[in-house]
Order: sequence, then structure tokens, then C-alpha cells
Amino acid sequence: MQASPEQQREMLRQMQTIRRFEERASADYHAGHIYGVVHAYIGEEGVAVGVCAALNRDDQIVSTHRGHGHCIAKGADLDRMTAELYGRETGYCKGKGGSMHIADFDAGMLGANGIVAGGISIATGAGLAAQLEGKGRVAVSFFGDGASNAGPFHESINIAASWKLPVIYVCENNRYAAQTAATQTHAMPDIAGRAHGYGIPGIIVDGNDVLAVYAAATTAVARARAGEGPTLLECKTYRWRAHTERKGQPDYRPKEEIEAKMAEDPIARLMRHLMSQQGQLTEAEWKTMDTQILATIERSTEFAKSSPFPKAEAALDDVFAV
Amino acid sequence: MARMTYAQAGLQAVIEEMRLDPKTLYLTTDAIPALAKEFGPMRTRPTPIAEAAVTGMSIGAAGSGYRPIVDWRQVTFCFVAMDQIVNQAAKIHYMFGGQAKFPITFRAAVGGGTQLAAQHSQSPYSMFMNLAGLKMILPSTPADMKGLLRSAIRDNNPVISFEANRLMSMEGEVPDGDYTIPLGVADVKRKGTDVTVVALAWMVQEALIAAETLAKEGISVEVVDPRTLVPMDRETIRASVRKTGRLVIADEAGPVCGASAEIAAVATEDRATFSAMKAPVRRVCALEAPIPYVPVLENHVFPNRERITAAVRDVVKGG
Repeated sequence: MQASPEQQREMLRQMQTIRRFEERASADYHAGHIYGVVHAYIGEEGVAVGVCAALNRDDQIVSTHRGHGHCIAKGADLDRMTAELYGRETGYCKGKGGSMHIADFDAGMLGANGIVAGGISIATGAGLAAQLEGKGRVAVSFFGDGASNAGPFHESINIAASWKLPVIYVCENNRYAAQTAATQTHAMPDIAGRAHGYGIPGIIVDGNDVLAVYAAATTAVARARAGEGPTLLECKTYRWRAHTERKGQPDYRPKEEIEAKMAEDPIARLMRHLMSQQGQLTEAEWKTMDTQILATIERSTEFAKSSPFPKAEAALDDVFAV
Repeated sequence: MARMTYAQAGLQAVIEEMRLDPKTLYLTTDAIPALAKEFGPMRTRPTPIAEAAVTGMSIGAAGSGYRPIVDWRQVTFCFVAMDQIVNQAAKIHYMFGGQAKFPITFRAAVGGGTQLAAQHSQSPYSMFMNLAGLKMILPSTPADMKGLLRSAIRDNNPVISFEANRLMSMEGEVPDGDYTIPLGVADVKRKGTDVTVVALAWMVQEALIAAETLAKEGISVEVVDPRTLVPMDRETIRASVRKTGRLVIADEAGPVCGASAEIAAVATEDRATFSAMKAPVRRVCALEAPIPYVPVLENHVFPNRERITAAVRDVVKGG
């Protein structure tokens, strides 16, 4: 399915929002305003945006430790996201989760997850709920190439395939599990090939081509909504920054490889595509779009900075639900 | 009132709750025929033997408005789902700032007496008590099974129902209809004045038998059943110990960092209770070994009525 020019401009805006958000989050982390850790999604924007563009608001996603991009693509609020990074009371988790645990259940974002492969079965359960409800909702599980080697990946896909659950398993194959290259840990280079063992479609798509991701996701979502079961969608992509922003962490990836991959920038690619189409995007429009995004992120940062920290006693709130 | 077994009371609790709430569903490796017949294949799903995925799925379904019941069967099978239990179910409500509820009931058979050896015999509740975020019940009678399990299913948190292997065929009177027991309320199963025995699950029944024997010797035993491990009814335990001045704790699990250790601390950390104590706390627990197979070994490892009786005599005479 072809995205309309308007949809394409929206995808561009979302990808650039993710990139600017991550640039700011990384800078603010290094400036000491954000605690713990930040895993930047820069370079992989095409996957979150392409997949989420194929979803409705009431569809659900489950994310990973590198989750900011999924949040933004699913429609989470930048103010509350930033406030959570800053550990403020107004954040999505009231300062209890931080970067790795942002969730927005109202937007169908069932949470980032700090455990690799931890979210796959949760997304499958959301798919079970969607099937029981029978209203055509779908669930998406985002995970990396690292998670595809863990048990819950196989267990979950087997169940979803057996029960024809409306789940799309989106593998963001950025070629590295933390510092370790997939070439050292995967028996086969393509994760999508594993789908054949479960009798479901296994699709490989260029994750840096947001329009290709969108097209593949649209097909997978249609299949899920029709009750035909899950799809494993492998998006080949690359992260530009190190595994985390923590200081002193090694990055063993070859410099030439990083540079070559950065040339496949999903944002520049869509921007060039739109500019090459008569009347769809001008240099001036692109500049305006970026300026507006930066201003929005600045406002979110101000919101976060001006929000109070939680009271220490709030540490005991929400241990149990009422 | 109807007479039924502990296992039947558990099934009745599930059936009655599933009738009340169409959002409840039952996930287990072998579907229970009575549930499958009444509620059909959508709500009673036979799952693959994949506890990690099934446990994780219950979290996703719960976060999407359902009220899943996951039957792990033997508690030892849930150890392959520790990430989903410990990192996900226990923490997810808190970690996300309370924005969603995760009402899940995990059913697990615990304890020994089954000659199934170490990988099918364990009472690991203290491993889970040590986490914040999971509630847990531990019924000791058919009536308590029904009342506690119904409350567990209705609770808006993950609740583990630890169900004693040795009590499955125990019969008792069970109230009809909408019978619930609130979580966090202990039950004094026998009133007494000389010594408090806080007992868990099967050990409640052993303690009651021990109390009969001791009564003939002139020792009056009060048997307190916490019934819920999290939240624990600390005040009922302390009030009993303040009255009797002596505390014996009987648990089918091992002693180290066990529920028994927690109960001892509940009593002794409280100044008024500690001041009223006339003897040191005594614990009657399993010996520190994996549970062995052959009865001569298995019976040696587990505590029993004789060991409770001996411990009570010791604290009474020693004090």
C-alpha cells in the first residue's frame, strides 16, 4: 500500500522528531540532567515510524530498552516523556521508570522494557486480548536481533502462530546485541527465515526505507486483522550511536561500517524522495518543519525542568494497585 | 455449606469467578475438562508447555483489560518464567507509575509428600515474598481455598495462589455462593493460652493435631494461620504472641530466609511483643536439602506433627 504525500510528510516529521528528541536526550544525559542510561534510537527511526503509521490508535505496541522512538511514533506526549527522563512527578511513570520504562497505555504503548526479549510475550498477550475482544485490533512486538535468540521469542511466536493471534513481530536488526556482532551469535544471518519453522510469513525489509517498512507493515496488519495470524517482519537497520550513552562503554564497531551505514539515513532518504517529487516538499518547508520540531522539544524540556521531583515518600506509592 | 476437597474448592472458586466476570480466562497446559466444557476454547486455552511465554502473555492480556488465571501446576515449573514473574509481573504496575492494572492469578501446587523428588516438590514462597509487588495466598482448608482464591482472582494485582500438594484430597465444609476471605487477614484456627504456633498450609493441619496431643499434657496451643503471606496480618500474629508469650513457627519450606524467618521477625521486632516473650522463637521447618524421592528420606526432610509437638514442649518447658 502506497503512503499518500501527506502521510509521507507526516512520517518525515515523526522521524525527525525522534532524531531531535534523541539528540537532546543524549546531550541532556551527558550534561547530567538525565539519570541512569539513555539508549538512543538514532538511525532506526524508519522502523518505528513505518510500522506505527500502519496502526490505529487503539492498536497496541510493546517496546524495548531503546524505546523512545516507538513512544513518539505511537503518539506519546513529548512533555511527559521528557519529564520522565528528567525523573519528574509529571513524567509518564512519575519518576519511577526513566528512559527504559516509558509507557502510555492510553496511546496503546504498553511499555518499554529493560529486559531483552522481555516484551515479546507481553505483546503476544495483548494480541490474545485483541483476539478475545474481536474488534480487529492488533498488537506489535518490537525487539532487536539480540532478543531473537532468547526463548520467549520462539515460545511466543509458536503460540501466536498456533492460535492465529493478531500480532506483528517486528525485529529491528541493527546487527549488534549490545557490543556483540550478530555474525558471532546467530547461526543464520536472517531472522525472518525462522518464520518458516512456525508456518507464518517472514518478511525482510530495508528498515532504513520507511516507505518499504510501512508497506510491509500494512500487509502484516491486514493479515492480522483478518484473523490470519502473525507475521515476522525483519527490518534491517543500524544504530548510529553506541549501545548506550553511558560513558566509558566501548564501541567495537568498525568506523568505516558506521560511516557507510550513516549514509543510508532513513530521514535524508525520505526527504530526498519528497523533494524530488514536484511540489511535495521544498527546502524551505523542511527547514520550517525542523525548526518547529526543535521548538517543540525545547518546550518539552522546559516543561520537564519546571516540573517538581516526586516527594521521597512517593517511592511507596503504586507498589500495589487498588 | 457443601462438603468437598481442597482441590474441588479451588475449582469451584475458579468456576464461580469465571461465571461472574467474562474477562477472566484460564491458561494452563492441560485444559481442565469442567472449565473447557462450560467456558469454551476461547476462555480456557490449553497452552504449550511454555511457562515463560504463557506467563508473559498473561501480563499483556491483563494490561489490556482481561483477568487471566495462569495455572502453572507444580510451582517448580514457573522457574522457567522467572523473568516474567520477577522483572515483569511484580514490577510493571509500579515501574509505569501505576497507569495500568495487572490483575493476574497464578496457581501453583507447593510442598511435598508426593514422592516426585526435588524438581516437583518445593515451597518457594519466600523467594517471591522478597519481591515487592506480588501478593500471595496459602490456603490450609477447603473453605479457605475457596474464599482466598476468589479474592485473589478479584484482586487488581498479580496474586500467586500457593496450593499445598498434601491437602489436595482433604475434605471439609465449604460455604456456598459468593464466599470470599479478604487478603491480609489471618485466622486463629485454634485458641490457646500457653504457646502460639504460626503454621502455614499443610502444617496448619499438623499443628492442630499436635495441639490435641499437647492439650492432653496440659499445654494449651493457639494455632494461627496467616493465610495470606503478602500482605501479612502482622497484628494478629503479634497479638497472639503477646497473649501466650511463646512462638513456634511451622513451615513445610526450609528455614533460611523463609516465611518462618519473616514471621519470627514480625514478632520480635515489635517491642511490646518481644517484651511479652518468655522463650526464644522456635522454627519447625524442612531440613536444608533438596526434597528427596524415597519416603524414608522425604519424610525425614519434612517437618511433621511430632516435630511440632517436640518444639512446643521445648519452648514451654524451657521458658
